[in-house]
Amino acid sequence: MSAVRDSVVERGAPDGSRMNADVRLSIEQVSYAYSPNPSQAPIFTLEATSFQVRAGEIVAILGPNASGKSTVLRLIAGALQPLSGRILLNGSETHSMEPRTRAQRIAMVQQESQLLFPARVWEFVLQGRHPHGKSLRFETENDVKIAKNALGQVGAHQLMDRWMDQISGGEKQRVILARALAQQPVLLLLDEPTLHLDIGAQVDFLHTLRKLTVANKYAVVIVTHELNLAGEYADQVVLMQKGKCLRVGTPASVYQRDLLEQVFQTQLTVEQRVNGRPRVNVLESSEETK
Amino acid sequence: MQPLTLGKVAVRCGILAVVLFVVVVIALKFGAVPVSLYGLAKDLLGVLIGRSSEISSEYGMIIREIRLPRIALGIFVGASLSVAGTSFQALLRNPLADPYVLGVSFGASVGSILALITEPHLSLRPEIAAVFTPLGGFLGATLTIAVVYLLGRYHGEVDSKTLLLSGVIAGSFLSAIIMLFMTMLPSSNTRGMAYWLMGDLGTPTLPLLNWILRTGFFAGFALIYLTASDLNLLIAGEKEAMHLGVDVKKVQLVVYLAASVLTGLAVSVSGSIGYVGLIVPHVMRMIFGTDYRMLLPASAFGGAIAVVIADTAARTVAAPSELPVGAITAIAGAPLFIYLLRWRLA
Repeated sequence: MSAVRDSVVERGAPDGSRMNADVRLSIEQVSYAYSPNPSQAPIFTLEATSFQVRAGEIVAILGPNASGKSTVLRLIAGALQPLSGRILLNGSETHSMEPRTRAQRIAMVQQESQLLFPARVWEFVLQGRHPHGKSLRFETENDVKIAKNALGQVGAHQLMDRWMDQISGGEKQRVILARALAQQPVLLLLDEPTLHLDIGAQVDFLHTLRKLTVANKYAVVIVTHELNLAGEYADQVVLMQKGKCLRVGTPASVYQRDLLEQVFQTQLTVEQRVNGRPRVNVLESSEETK
Repeated sequence: MQPLTLGKVAVRCGILAVVLFVVVVIALKFGAVPVSLYGLAKDLLGVLIGRSSEISSEYGMIIREIRLPRIALGIFVGASLSVAGTSFQALLRNPLADPYVLGVSFGASVGSILALITEPHLSLRPEIAAVFTPLGGFLGATLTIAVVYLLGRYHGEVDSKTLLLSGVIAGSFLSAIIMLFMTMLPSSNTRGMAYWLMGDLGTPTLPLLNWILRTGFFAGFALIYLTASDLNLLIAGEKEAMHLGVDVKKVQLVVYLAASVLTGLAVSVSGSIGYVGLIVPHVMRMIFGTDYRMLLPASAFGGAIAVVIADTAARTVAAPSELPVGAITAIAGAPLFIYLLRWRLA
């Protein structure tokens, strides 16, 4: 089918060291401490955290502000080095990979910095081909094909010739996702991808992500505040609080009323819907579920 | 979707090379002794393609010994400053970064002057003595940009306006130091205050120094150009660049050192010519777009063209007296700086 899919299937080589051949990403007893000054006690610590992500699976990391969600994501991305434990992507530690190799396997979707100079959507998506290029990295026909394909997969083909600063927030998130797809990664990381989107665009985005995850066999880790969207679209959730990983499991098993009330410090109810997905209703207004 | 190709870069550089040639011919014509434009172009082209080795003897001496060396110096100084500015803009994520605006040129001036002051006391061999001034310029540039960068950082983030302010303050402090040091220079040194503060291409340079300038330019340019596609991503942010496979620390170090070499070399032979690194990349972005793989060579040609034009104007507008070339570039550059500050950085 698509070039994106073909190469992902090729690269998803079996990994003998795993008990479950489907496990792409394995976070093993990872801890981390952050202090602005090495001589001082750390102001943030992440306690030993473990979970696994399989191919074609979405794992959502949930928790209130300052619970360590983004730290876990940055550790997985290899941007931070764990204090102890290891993070293995198809058997290799993400932190010790060469930046180029890492970017060939891991793509990050995050809130973008303001662009200093205007860029077209297609130029932006082509950036995703950077880790695959030769020394001067002039893009080839094949790169263009892959970038076009990625735009098509997120349903943003018609945006190709628009300027990045002239498209809507929802369109922009799709284009950023397309750039990540153009990297042809095995692991997709998303940091609050639906943060500034309206509800329709949020559902659209996650629906597209769900479809692509299954079709291209990505392993996906997503950090989010949205309990209900995570409950609807994630295969597993990791619930965090103050640098501690409290629970890992299916949304239905983790979304317990007492647990969520204690973690998010608000009153709520949890109902199990007919599709087996939980639904959270907040009884008071709160920051965590809008 | 039409991505940049090596072919496109080559064609556009070819066009810029032709423009540079025309500008050089016209610049050669201006001066006290009248020279025929047509004959000059014909002779120069003949020399360039190797058909003849001589420029007509009536004015050959003036062209060869006086005007051409000065223009050649202008070409390399302009290209160096412009490429340095383009690089600093990516490195600092600031469209207003320029060696002069950031005070780096003054730092290079101080370094060069210090080298000139200490050199007679060190009894160096002539080859080493020739490298001494540009080396001082390089060290001065490297130190200044590091200090300005650290002053411009606030809580780990580089704020554009704080950075510019740090550069301006550093520049004003360093120009005071320059004035102080000028009094200590041996009287045999012909380069005056205006040379270091405003820039001047009129002082003849030693052949060895010329050779160092050219080699340094090609080496520095090559190093920076190899990172061109990394710079495209770096300018969008360090985190983004890292996630797209850029070895951020390595690229930053290489470009920082190479751009400091270019600045140091240019300043040690021509003083602090301002705004070239600001005007030229800006105009080139408007013409060719923001891709560094095109922008870097375009800035090199553009810088050469701009400085040759500016120097020709400096030689002729107030003839028979001469202006420092930096006065011309500042008259063009300062208004553009204000425009960019008000409408682009806001």
